Amino acid sequence: MIKLKINGRERSFDGDPEMPLLWYLRDEIDLTGTKFGCGAGLCGACTVHKNGEAVRSCQTSMKDAAGKSITTIEGLSPNGQHPLQKAWMEANVPQCGYCQTGQIMQAAALLKKNHKPSDKEIDDAMSGNICRCGTYQRIRSAIHAAGKEMA
Amino acid sequence: MSDHIENGLVENGVVENISRRSLIGGVFSAGALVLAARILPEEAWADTNEYHGKAASSALRPSIYLGIEPDGTIYIVTHRSEMGTGIRTTLPLVAADELDADWSKVKIEQGIGDKAYGDQNTDGSKSIRGFFEAFRESGASARMMLVSAAAKQWNVPESECAAKFHEVVHTPSGKKLGYGALATAAGKLPVPKPADVKYKPKSEWRYIGKESKIADLADICTGKATFGMDIKRQGMLYASIERPPVMGGKVQSFDDKAARQVKGVSGIETIDGFKPPYTFQPLGGVAVIANSTWAAIQGRKKLKIEWNNGENAAHDSEQYRKELLTTARKPGKVVRNIGDVDAAFAKASKTVEAEYYAPLLAHATMEPPVAVAEFKGNKVECWVPTQNPQAVQDTVAGALGLKPEDVTCHVTLLGGGFGRKSKPDYVAEAAILSKKQGGKPVKVVWTREDDIKFDYYHSVAGMYHKAALDSNGKATAWLHRSVFPSISSMNDASSMYGFDVEYGMGLNDMPWDLPNHRAENGPAKAHVRIGWLRSVANIYHVFSGLSFADELAHAAGRDSLEYQLEMIGPGKIIDFKSQGVANYWNYGESYEKFPFDSKRLRHVLEVAGEKSGWGKRKSGNGWGLGIAAARSFTSYVASVVEVEVDKAGKIRIPRAWQVADVGMVINPERVRSQFEGAAVMAAGIGLTGEISVADGRVQQSNFNNYQVARMNQAPMQTDVHIIESTALPGGVGEPGVPPFVPAFANAIFAATGKRVRDLPFSKTKLV
Repeated sequence: MIKLKINGRERSFDGDPEMPLLWYLRDEIDLTGTKFGCGAGLCGACTVHKNGEAVRSCQTSMKDAAGKSITTIEGLSPNGQHPLQKAWMEANVPQCGYCQTGQIMQAAALLKKNHKPSDKEIDDAMSGNICRCGTYQRIRSAIHAAGKEMA
Repeated sequence: MSDHIENGLVENGVVENISRRSLIGGVFSAGALVLAARILPEEAWADTNEYHGKAASSALRPSIYLGIEPDGTIYIVTHRSEMGTGIRTTLPLVAADELDADWSKVKIEQGIGDKAYGDQNTDGSKSIRGFFEAFRESGASARMMLVSAAAKQWNVPESECAAKFHEVVHTPSGKKLGYGALATAAGKLPVPKPADVKYKPKSEWRYIGKESKIADLADICTGKATFGMDIKRQGMLYASIERPPVMGGKVQSFDDKAARQVKGVSGIETIDGFKPPYTFQPLGGVAVIANSTWAAIQGRKKLKIEWNNGENAAHDSEQYRKELLTTARKPGKVVRNIGDVDAAFAKASKTVEAEYYAPLLAHATMEPPVAVAEFKGNKVECWVPTQNPQAVQDTVAGALGLKPEDVTCHVTLLGGGFGRKSKPDYVAEAAILSKKQGGKPVKVVWTREDDIKFDYYHSVAGMYHKAALDSNGKATAWLHRSVFPSISSMNDASSMYGFDVEYGMGLNDMPWDLPNHRAENGPAKAHVRIGWLRSVANIYHVFSGLSFADELAHAAGRDSLEYQLEMIGPGKIIDFKSQGVANYWNYGESYEKFPFDSKRLRHVLEVAGEKSGWGKRKSGNGWGLGIAAARSFTSYVASVVEVEVDKAGKIRIPRAWQVADVGMVINPERVRSQFEGAAVMAAGIGLTGEISVADGRVQQSNFNNYQVARMNQAPMQTDVHIIESTALPGGVGEPGVPPFVPAFANAIFAATGKRVRDLPFSKTKLV
């Protein structure tokens, strides 16, 4: 039996310990804000926080998540008002929106460590997250804006 | 043009009051005022099905549907699919503006697939172009009926009453009635005839031309938005399918013993391969059914399948490239002819020629294809991220021997579309499996590898250009040959040539005002599924054509912008008919309403020159600007790309400019976002976009070897400048892609002196 905490709530799981956390979140407990994009850690759509660090949930097995505290987009802010979410809305970042939850989770991990990232630091932190609609310049400006609010 | 807008003509549309029709139920309570703008005559209105309760309207042939409830809530149905353009918000804004509605009281409903809505295929950048007028008429008609109802109630002349922000006001007395309070009475009035509909003057527009946020913004940012991938039904099973590695291949035999051992796997089913032509039929294969996506994928890995690969097993991209370019050296089918290029070449003081090549591309939407289907009582209900719900109905019906009306297609949000999700092969898979599983709902999830390996690929093309210059360097003749496996192979297995749609995307509609010009198309057979991808044949035609224009400018020792303007000439409405273009497609629009006006193309080029500071800094030493312009989807766009190439040959795009004349703009914020995004997609096409085939099998599999632009490769900043215009709205989603790619290539030439004629640029060593 694997025990873990998801968005502050204790959960237990007795299925295949090799199953990626992504599919547990999506198929088993219906937290579908975390998206499936590549299954190979190449696109970032499935990004969540594991003990506060951004990880790819498609590359994190349930075994690896055991005993850990996981935060998904649903748990980032109780009312959807994380500075990044507000900045995202203010800058009208999303187009189709599919990758954006992963982008926000990746950016949230960056800002936790660094409220004033440079363009280069943002590019380095965010280049593992693909947006096929091409919203990158707005993502960058929204991260700057949110960082200011958090500083 | 502007007259046309001001008068608000709706050529075919008719607005009909349907509030007393018995079929309206669901969200619309009795007494609601309901309007539907429709395209077809009343006798063509089909009877309804049970799902119209919710999106009510729709037994009619409405191109829009609008209802006002006695509580003042306005329901607007969007029948087009939302894949990131903002259309789910933008079309309702048009109706709400004419209605002078309070946007916070508007509820948007997504229409199911139904012919009654008119065209629902959300591609071709045509949602606004095709439905702006109908939505506008619907809103205006509702407003007039509300005013009329209020005037009757107050017993005053209508001329003394005006609709203002969800209320009708009697101006002399200041009396007011809300839209909700008037809805029931207004619903009993006749709908104004199209010719009698009065439109707001532009000065009173409340939403059109203003910045508006998309309706799904907060849901997207909090993870609540529902995409196709997020659908779950009671008792749903998950399926992962192993498909034939070679297009047209079949399962010869398979061993599923190990797959069945995987925990969670509950069944194995086969799906037949398609009967040529491939159309939207599934590719076939072996499906593993399980109680979770993960278990289905794990089971699938254990399948042992022997394939009969068929005739495409020898297909090889390297070999094919040679064939296409060899064919492009030979005369082809003439699709446009002005003057006599051969005579002009014979007496030219200089000729220039070049071969260009552009590879296959995959769509790689962030949400891979996915569908949920439930087969119940000889009917199918499905939940799909689709650009074309009516094609879903037809395809699923075809696969299961049903009637299209027996297939209900609910449309979710799409995690990207780009043309892939117009082709519902993946929905047919889910429906077939649900039926085979006794009607249990089945979700078919394509892995990224499935998506990259089994796409309907954007076509590969080989092109040849030759031009004549006179002694002053002025272009006098241009021969443009293009050879590509056609999208028409989808419906015709013997197809060897392109068709009007592909010709009319940068082959037979180049803007040059030259005395001699000939465009030709040579034969090519398809060995993979070919489909359309954002801006379609424009990608290879405009890349090669506008790169070659830049080559000519350099051959003539002239500035590229100046030279392109000179070749366009002073600007005019191009008369394709007199130039041997038998059937100019014009993106499906009437030429009278949407002519090719090369003055507008000149203008975007000139503005792009100004905005980018063209000619102010000397190119070279690893820095350069490139420029190109094209008309596509009835819009006119110029791109300027700034590149830096470092000593290792690494390309960076510090800045780009997109200047767009898309006619009238409804939501400038969403127009800008589309042109920013197009720059990113085009940058990826230029840098690394390539699908290749060996032994009939696609060689790429995921984002490691099919690379799309990431944040550190995309333009650091794209400035979008929208030209003020009163012309009818043109396309927005696609036109930002075509000119960007050659502008990028031209910038690389400016920076390095290397002319890159092969896409992607990563294949060429730049330093």
